Amino acid sequence: MDISKVIELTEATLVCGGDQTGNEVIRGFSSDLMSDVLTLDTEGLLLITGLSNIQTIRTAEMADIHYILFVRDKKVTDEMVKLAVENNMVILETPFSLFKTSGILFSQGLNPVY
Amino acid sequence: MVIEQTYFVRGGDFSHAGDASSKVKKLLKQLDIDPKKIKSIVIALYEAEVNIVAHAWEGTIAVLLEKDRITMVLTDRGPGIPDIGQAMVEGYSTASSEVREMGFGAGMGLSNMKRNSDVLEISSQVGEGTIVKMVNYF
Repeated sequence: MDISKVIELTEATLVCGGDQTGNEVIRGFSSDLMSDVLTLDTEGLLLITGLSNIQTIRTAEMADIHYILFVRDKKVTDEMVKLAVENNMVILETPFSLFKTSGILFSQGLNPVY
Repeated sequence: MVIEQTYFVRGGDFSHAGDASSKVKKLLKQLDIDPKKIKSIVIALYEAEVNIVAHAWEGTIAVLLEKDRITMVLTDRGPGIPDIGQAMVEGYSTASSEVREMGFGAGMGLSNMKRNSDVLEISSQVGEGTIVKMVNYF
């Protein structure tokens, strides 16, 4: 599923990484627990999370995750955007809940990790 | 080739937790090292760095990069770990609510470090601090 489809399905706003909306994500993982995210070894992963702070971006940097979708209108700070841009990430914000977002993307063909 | 770097880590400073790990990642990416190995190294280091920020007052990270391995020694001044065996049990945590709000503190850090390093040694003195040594071979 490409990023533009993720945006369309979740009515998301693109925060940064607009040059990568044609890129594909293969699997989704929904979590607010960063240690859990750090156990993953998956390429083309979309991280779906309600945890909006600088450590979310740091965790993605360490785990080579390039696509993050923040749920429930959690706003990304300037500091987070700066770090995300430095690491060539795509950041999205959706008004939908974690449950609804995950359900929509799963039903439209985004695979789970486990 | 031998590269030595030392980084300072301030306890409680969550906005900078991961700065040292990020610098080490950038350094490793400049070298001809398998990206999967780099990922393991920086995940182990990041978890250990977050532990200093979460639990200790201050600490240092000494990184020694040699031809076939990286050695990372994290030395902190802090409360120490009374029972290292118990701390290694997945799910056991003494983290504060502030740490949990940052997405950590679920008792997975030490097991993540073990999974991502070839050698993990922990020694600790209660009331003084903890030394974590990790080695990864390329």
